[in-house]
Amino acid sequence: MNFANFPFNPPAASNFASEMDTLFYSILILSVFFAVVTFFFVLYFAFKYRAGSSADRSSPVYENMKMEIVWIIVPTILAIIFFVWGAKVYADTRIPPKDAKEIYVVGKQWMWHIQHPNGVRENNTLHVPIDTDIKLTMIAQDVIHDFYIPAFRTQFMVVPGRYTQMWFRPTMIGKYHLFCNMYCGAQHSEMGGTVIVMSKRDYAEWLANNGSTRQNLTPEQAGEKLFTKIGCGNCHGPADLPPRAPSLHGLYNQPREMDNGQKFLADETYIRESILRPSEKVRKGYMNTMPVYDKQLSEEEIMSLIAYIKAGANPALPAGNIAASVPGHEAQVDGKAGLNSNALEFNAQSADATPTQRGRSLAVGAMAAEKVDHKP
Amino acid sequence: MSTTVKTPIGNVEPAKPRLNYLTNGHSLKTWLLTEDHKRIAILYLISVSFFFLLGGSFAGMIRWELMSPAGNVFESDAYNRIFTAHGAIMVFLFLLVAVPAVLGNFCLPLMIGARDLAFPRINLLSWYLYTAAGTLILISVVTGGVDAGWTFYTPYSSLYSNSNVSLCLVGVFIGGFSSITTGVNFIATTHRMRAPGMTWFRLPLFVWAQYATGIIMMLGTPVVAITLLCVVFERTFQLPIFSPELGGDPVLFQHMFWFYSHPAVYIMVLPSFGVISEVITAFSRKRVFGYHFIAFSSLAIAFLGFLVWGHHMFVSSQSMYQGVAFSLMTFLLAVPSAIKIFNWTATMWKGNIHLNSPMIYAIGFMGLFLIGGLTGLFLACMGTDVHLTATYFIVAHFHYVMVGGTVMGFLAGIHFWWPKMTGKLFNDNVARWNAIVVFLGFNLTFFPQFVVGWMGMPRRYHYYYFAPEYQAFNIMSTLGATVLGIGFVVPVCYLISSLFKGKPAGDNPWGAHGLEWQTTSPPPTENFYYDPIVTDDVYDYDPVAEHEQYLERQRQLGAQA
Amino acid sequence: MAAHTDSPVKFQYHDIDQQNDTYIIGMWSFMVTEIMFFGGLFLIYSLYRGNYQADWYKAHEHLSWQWGGVNTANLLVSSMFMALAVRAAQRKDRTSVLAILPVVIGCGALFMAIKYWEYSTKIQDHLYPGPSFTTDPAMVHHANLDHAQLFYGLYFGMTGLHGVHVVVGMLIISVLWLKWYQRKKIVTEDFIPTELVGLYWHFVDIVWIFLYPLFYLMPRPYNLIEGGH
Repeated sequence: MNFANFPFNPPAASNFASEMDTLFYSILILSVFFAVVTFFFVLYFAFKYRAGSSADRSSPVYENMKMEIVWIIVPTILAIIFFVWGAKVYADTRIPPKDAKEIYVVGKQWMWHIQHPNGVRENNTLHVPIDTDIKLTMIAQDVIHDFYIPAFRTQFMVVPGRYTQMWFRPTMIGKYHLFCNMYCGAQHSEMGGTVIVMSKRDYAEWLANNGSTRQNLTPEQAGEKLFTKIGCGNCHGPADLPPRAPSLHGLYNQPREMDNGQKFLADETYIRESILRPSEKVRKGYMNTMPVYDKQLSEEEIMSLIAYIKAGANPALPAGNIAASVPGHEAQVDGKAGLNSNALEFNAQSADATPTQRGRSLAVGAMAAEKVDHKP
Repeated sequence: MSTTVKTPIGNVEPAKPRLNYLTNGHSLKTWLLTEDHKRIAILYLISVSFFFLLGGSFAGMIRWELMSPAGNVFESDAYNRIFTAHGAIMVFLFLLVAVPAVLGNFCLPLMIGARDLAFPRINLLSWYLYTAAGTLILISVVTGGVDAGWTFYTPYSSLYSNSNVSLCLVGVFIGGFSSITTGVNFIATTHRMRAPGMTWFRLPLFVWAQYATGIIMMLGTPVVAITLLCVVFERTFQLPIFSPELGGDPVLFQHMFWFYSHPAVYIMVLPSFGVISEVITAFSRKRVFGYHFIAFSSLAIAFLGFLVWGHHMFVSSQSMYQGVAFSLMTFLLAVPSAIKIFNWTATMWKGNIHLNSPMIYAIGFMGLFLIGGLTGLFLACMGTDVHLTATYFIVAHFHYVMVGGTVMGFLAGIHFWWPKMTGKLFNDNVARWNAIVVFLGFNLTFFPQFVVGWMGMPRRYHYYYFAPEYQAFNIMSTLGATVLGIGFVVPVCYLISSLFKGKPAGDNPWGAHGLEWQTTSPPPTENFYYDPIVTDDVYDYDPVAEHEQYLERQRQLGAQA
Repeated sequence: MAAHTDSPVKFQYHDIDQQNDTYIIGMWSFMVTEIMFFGGLFLIYSLYRGNYQADWYKAHEHLSWQWGGVNTANLLVSSMFMALAVRAAQRKDRTSVLAILPVVIGCGALFMAIKYWEYSTKIQDHLYPGPSFTTDPAMVHHANLDHAQLFYGLYFGMTGLHGVHVVVGMLIISVLWLKWYQRKKIVTEDFIPTELVGLYWHFVDIVWIFLYPLFYLMPRPYNLIEGGH
C-alpha cells in the first residue's frame, strides 16, 4: 500500500517503507479504536452515573468472569497477531540478501565516514543507487552511534569494537535525511547529512568520477568555467582596457606598478588578494571598480581561478589546451579531492544555517572538521 | 469498611486525643529525626516537589530552545546538560520516589491498620539517603552539569564525557539504596503489619500496587546500582568493564541498565495504578470491579516487567532471536495494563460518580495512560520499532506514561489524601479546572511529538535546521508546555493556601471507605486511637444506598436554602 | 513513643512474635537485594570468562590458590563459630556469646589480613587495572594483556566488594557484642537479632564460596590442554 500522501507521512523511499507503514497504520487504527471506545465509556459513565442522576443502579456487578476473560483473551490474541507481523517485518530488515552491495560506514564524533566498494569515500553523505540491495557494514571509532534514515524506515546502532549491519533497497530517487540517532556528545544533533538516491546510471557515473557529480575538471578547467560563470571576462578581456580593467593574460609572475609607484610581483598571494580585496592594490592607470569577492568564493574556487590565471587566462584559447599547455598540471582529482569537494559542496549548501559555524563554537562539528582538513 | 474497636493501644495515652502527628512536637528536630511514617512522607513531599519543579524548569528550557530549528539561547553543550539534568532529576529524584515515598509512606500503614511501617528508622534513613542523592545530583548539575543523558550509555559516559558523570552516578547509586530500603520496608510491612482481619484479599488495591512495587525495587535496583558503580570505577580507576578497548562489551551496560530501568518504569507507574484504583472506587461509590484481577495484574506486571528489558535494544546489536523473545513478552505485558483500564471503566458502570478534583485527575490519567499504553504497542512491535526507536515518538510515549501516568496519578492521590494529610480542604473548583488544564496542556505538549517522531526527528537533538519541517510541531509542543507548566504551578498555590485558609476537612470529606478515613484528619502519631479490626471486605460501597443518601443530602441542603 | 526502650518490642509491633517475623522477612528481603547486587558482577564475570577463557585461565595462574584456600577454610570456620554464637544466644548463654563472637571477628580480621597481603603483591606486580597495568606478558603467564586486565579488573572489583562486606560484617558483629556486653534486652531476651547478624555473616561467606573457585580454581580450558603451554 502507498501511504506517501498521508499527512505527516515521512517519504517512503525503501523496500521496507510500504510494509512498515501498513503495520504502523494497522496498529494506529487498533489503538484509536481501543482508546476511543474505552475513553468514551469512561466519559459516558461519568456523565450517566454522576451523583444524583436517576440512572438505574440496581443489581450492580462487581466481578464478572466472562467479561474478564473476554478482555484478557481478545487483547492477547491481537497482541500475538501484531507480534508475529512485527517480528516478520523486523526479520526482513535484519537479514540482508546475499548479493547485496556492501558499503562501509565508520561513525565517529561527530561525522560519518562512508566508503564505497571501489574506494570512493564520502563524509556525512551517502550516495546509493535505486533498486539495488545495499548492505552497510558499520563500526564506531569512539562511542555508540546509530545510523538512521527515516525515509528508509530503518536504523541500527554503530558500536565500537564490533561490526553491525543493516540493509535496504532504495526505491525512490531523491535526497533524504541521515541522522545519528544515539546520543553521542556535544555535536550529536549535527552528526548527520543526506542520503542521495540516484538512478543506477547516475550512480555508476558518480562512482566513475570518484564521487563527484561534476565533470572531472583540472583546476585550470574549473577555473575557466568559474571565470566565465562569474563574468570576470566582461572586464578582463584579452587586451588591457584602461581605465576599466587590465588583461590578465600572461599576468603571472610579472611585476606590476601601483598608483603610488610601488611595484609588486604578481604571484599567487598577489592574485589572491586582488580577487578578494581588489582595492588594496590598484594598478597604475586603472580605477578601483572591481567588486570584492572576499567570502564570495570558496578556497577551492580561488585556487582554480589562480590556476587558470597562471595558465594564461586567455579566453581565446580553449580550456583543454590551456591545461595541456601547462606542464606539471595534470588532473589532480583523486579520492581525497573528491571527498573534499563533496564536503565543500555540503558546506556551501548549508554553511549559512550551521550554528556551529556561526563563529560561536569552535570548529569541531563534522562539516567544520572537513574544512580544517582542506586547508592547503 | 466495617471495623470494631478493641482496647486502646497499649502504651498510648488516649487522654490526649487532640494531638495529631503534625502538632506532636514543633521543633525542627522532631521533624528531622522523626520516625513517624507520616512526617517522613511530608519530608518526602517537600523534597520531591522541589525536585519536580526544578526538573520542570529544565524541561521549560528544552522546549524554549527547540522552538527554533537552530536554537535560541544555548550552545549544544549546554543543551545536552539541560536535557540530562531534566531526565536525571525527573527519573531518579521524582518519578521513582514520588508516589511510593510520599503517598505510599503516608497511606500504607494507615490502610492496613498499622501504627507505622515495619522499620521506621530505616524509613528515615531512606529519606536521608534520598536527600544525599538529591544533593549530589544537584551539585553535579550546578558545578558544570552532566551531559551523558540520564541513560548513561557507555562508553560515552565512561570514557568520553568530560562532565560530572561520576558525581551524578554516585548520587544515583545512593538514591538506589533509598529506593531499596523503601521497598524492603513496604514488603515487610504488608506481610506482617496488617491489622487483625485484614486478609490479603481485603487489602486495598493501593497496597497491592505498593507491594508489587516493593518487589521490583528489591530485585531491580541493586542491579542498576552495581552497574552504575562499575561505570564510576571505570571513570575513576580506569577499571575496564564496559570499554571495548580491552575487550569489554559496551552493549552489556545497556542490558544491565535496562534490566532495572524497564522494571523501574513500573516502579513509577504501578503505585499510580494503585492510587487510581482507590480514587475511581471512592468517587464511584462502588465496589471496585474485578478486585482480584486488578490485584494480580499488579503482580503480573512486576513479574513480566523483568522479562522485557531487551525491547529497548532492538537495534543495538543484540541477537535477532533475543529481540523476538523480548517483543513477545512486551506484547504480553500489555495485557495486565489493559485489564486494569477495563476494570476501572467497569467500576464506574452503575456507580455514583462524584466529579471532585481527584476523580477528574483520575479520568485524565485514564485518557493519557490509554494513549501512553497503546503507543507502547508501536514500540513493542519490532517492525515499527526499528523506525520509531529513539525518535520523538519514544519521547512522547514515555511522557504519556510517566507524566500522564505517574504525575497524574500523583496529583490525583495528593488531592485525594490532602485533607487526610493536612486536615484542610482545598478549593475543589479551582482544582477541577486545573485538572482539565493539565489534561489539555499535556496533550498539546506531547501529542505533536508523536507526529514529529513518526516523521523521524531523533530525540536529544539540539538543532534541526536541516529539517525545518519539524518546526511547527515543536512550536505546538512548546505552547503546550507553557500551559502544562501553569497547570503544575497552580496546585502548589492552592494547596499551600489551603493550609492557611482551608476549612477543616473532617475525618472523611470524600465519603470514602477504607481504614485511613476512619481515623482523624490529620491522624494521631500512632495512626489510630484504637487498634482496628477488619470485619468486612474492602470497598463495601452500596451505590443504591449512596444514591438515596445523596438525594437526602440534596433535599436537606435545599430545605436549608 | 521513645519511652519504652526498656522493652524489646518496638512501638509499632503488637508483640515480640510479630516483631521477629517482620525482622526475618526484612532481613531475607535484604539478602535478596544483596544477591542481585553481586549478581550483576557475576553476570559480567560469566560473559567475559566465556569470551576469553584461555586468557583468563593464564591470568588466573598468577593468583595463589593456596592462600585463597586458607582464606576459604578460615571463613568456613568463622561461620561455624557464628552458628555456635547463635545457638548460645538461643540458650540465652551470654558468657558463651561474649566469648565466641570475638573469634568470628578474629577470623574476619585474618581474612582481611591475607587479602591485604594478596592485594599488595598484585599491586607490586602492577596487576591492578588502569594505565599502569603491567606490560610484561610473563607476569600474566602470556595471556593477552587486555583480557588479563579485564580479569584483574573484575578480580579487584568483586573481591574488593566482598572485602567491604566482610569489614561491615565485623563492625556489625562488634556492635552485637557490645549490646550483649551491655545486657541490652533487645539481644538478651530475644535471639533473633543475633541470628540475623549470623545470617548476614553466612551470606558474606557464601559469596566467597563462589568467588574462590571462580577466580582461583579455574579448570584448564580445552583449547589449552593439547600441547600444554
